[in-house]
Amino acid sequence: MLHIVACIKQVPDTKIIKMNPKTNTMDRASAPAILNPYDAHAVEEAVRLKKRYGGTVSVLTMGPPPAVKAIKKCIEIGADEGYMISDRAFAGADTLATSYALTKAIEKISQIKPVDLIICGKMTIDGDTGQVGPGIARRLDMPPLTSVNKVKEINVEEGYAIVHRKLEDGYEVIQSTMPCLMSVEKEINEVPYSSMTNMLKAARYQPVIWAVADLEDVERTQLGLKGSPTIVSKVWAPTKPSGGEMLEGDAAQQTEQLLDLLLKKKELFAVKGGSGVEL
Amino acid sequence: MSFEDYSGIWVFIEVKDGEVVPVSLELLGAGKELADKRGTELAGVLIGENVTHLADTLYEYGADTVYVYDDTIFKNYRTESYMKALLECCQKYKPEVILYGATSTGKDLASAVATDLPTGLTADSTILDIEEDTGLLLASRPAFGGNIMATILCKKYRPQMATVRPKVMKALSPEPGRTGQLIEETASIKEEDIRTKVLEIVQFTTQKVRIDEADIVVAGGKGLGSEKGFQVVHDLAETLGGAVGASRDVVEAGWVEHHHQVGQTGLTVTPKIYFAIGISGAIQHIVGMQNSGLIIAINKDPEAPIFQSSHYGIVGDAFEIVPLLIQQFKQAFNQEVVDHV
Repeated sequence: MLHIVACIKQVPDTKIIKMNPKTNTMDRASAPAILNPYDAHAVEEAVRLKKRYGGTVSVLTMGPPPAVKAIKKCIEIGADEGYMISDRAFAGADTLATSYALTKAIEKISQIKPVDLIICGKMTIDGDTGQVGPGIARRLDMPPLTSVNKVKEINVEEGYAIVHRKLEDGYEVIQSTMPCLMSVEKEINEVPYSSMTNMLKAARYQPVIWAVADLEDVERTQLGLKGSPTIVSKVWAPTKPSGGEMLEGDAAQQTEQLLDLLLKKKELFAVKGGSGVEL
Repeated sequence: MSFEDYSGIWVFIEVKDGEVVPVSLELLGAGKELADKRGTELAGVLIGENVTHLADTLYEYGADTVYVYDDTIFKNYRTESYMKALLECCQKYKPEVILYGATSTGKDLASAVATDLPTGLTADSTILDIEEDTGLLLASRPAFGGNIMATILCKKYRPQMATVRPKVMKALSPEPGRTGQLIEETASIKEEDIRTKVLEIVQFTTQKVRIDEADIVVAGGKGLGSEKGFQVVHDLAETLGGAVGASRDVVEAGWVEHHHQVGQTGLTVTPKIYFAIGISGAIQHIVGMQNSGLIIAINKDPEAPIFQSSHYGIVGDAFEIVPLLIQQFKQAFNQEVVDHV
């Protein structure tokens, strides 16, 4: 039976986050905490695979105590078990230190039940790096399969998976031995509304929470800020352009003005490869 | 770790269909500046099958040295084989910086290599600089969905690594006949050590003009109301021979496919002309198109932030404005043809 671990994160909703124009800092309180949208697709895919092949879906997160909410959301989606690692020692971790901490937690989960497959979202919307998934794969010596937009087949008995991996102008079909790690694109599935049963289950659900001391063979120097090779040295607001010329008049006058302006700059239309309009 | 042992700026050279992908040439341009500032050499690491001859192109675009791994085992990109080659090359020659294109291949490879070395990796950088005396790489990137910019440093580990988005750096003008040093290498990996196989590669053929390569991009947003309303974007793009772009919410609504998406989680575009129609102008969208030559915004909301990022703005109903524009462009083009005759 498949045991899938989905790695998830609670993030601020960066669509809603507001900047303080005076201090150029983010007003984190302005943004609600949500389950990272890519991770919702990862959990949904894990649940779909469970339905197809049988098995169990565990979700794992690293975060402060309120991140329990993100795990509950995953239980709503259909995950069976939730694990959280939460400790001040994890604070300030970059992608390398995060992948280390999560790896240690996965090693502990696999003692409870061996792990066949790890699924992560493509990236988080606050960090935007997509590096934690491949990092976990390397640390656990599993093949990393990034940009997965379809799981074509899983064969637990023979121990392989076949996936579609998205490329810039198409996709490739890859066969990998299992266990392996996949990080998935949004288009892999649609996350449906949660069922009432799952919502009730989620409301009552309490995940397993581990501190650093609960994990085994942890090198503390590899955790948190200490274990992070990258540091943020400077943060600034992107320069706001001052805005250009607004065209005046009615629709016909505006479009005529625009046309005049564009036709004056004929070089704009002298395009290479014949893909555009030549004047 | 003794930093003095590490020198040289490296670029991972990505090859597709037998050619060097544009972002690798762009990174040689960016890498050259860093190398000159540090008084060190610029090298490309070229991995693939039948790729050695591409070294000549790399010299022309600024590489002083090319490390090449040319073997059938590298026919298709696979994390494990490419990673092994690059790790061995790194351990042997100790570069101070390695740059990768932020493509599906570059990001995958860089993440794996960073973990195994281990070292720091900055994703999707848009600005690169280096401290002349210390060699500290200053990699800056949009963070929190483009709401802020952050400069990331890797002070205690070498090499320092970054992935860089396509289209944000500039390739040098090629210098025909410029040559360099070719260093042929062999990786110790065997086929049986690799746990993945590429069964098939499927390329989309429907996409007429790729938006990140187009000179004119006509992009539409949720302000167009519906998939049917979005048709005006297709119409104007067709008239101008441009590519169709879209904001994230349009893609999420399923009006167009993801490969049309412009912005932080889509593609960065740098066309000569960018039309933003019914796009409000969230910062995530702006970071993907702000380097366009000429930005024209059409929106019925005069307060829409997109106007702040445009060269020309039209406040009005897209369904009135765009058909008029199409008509006028067509007339103008016909007129020009007649004049030439």
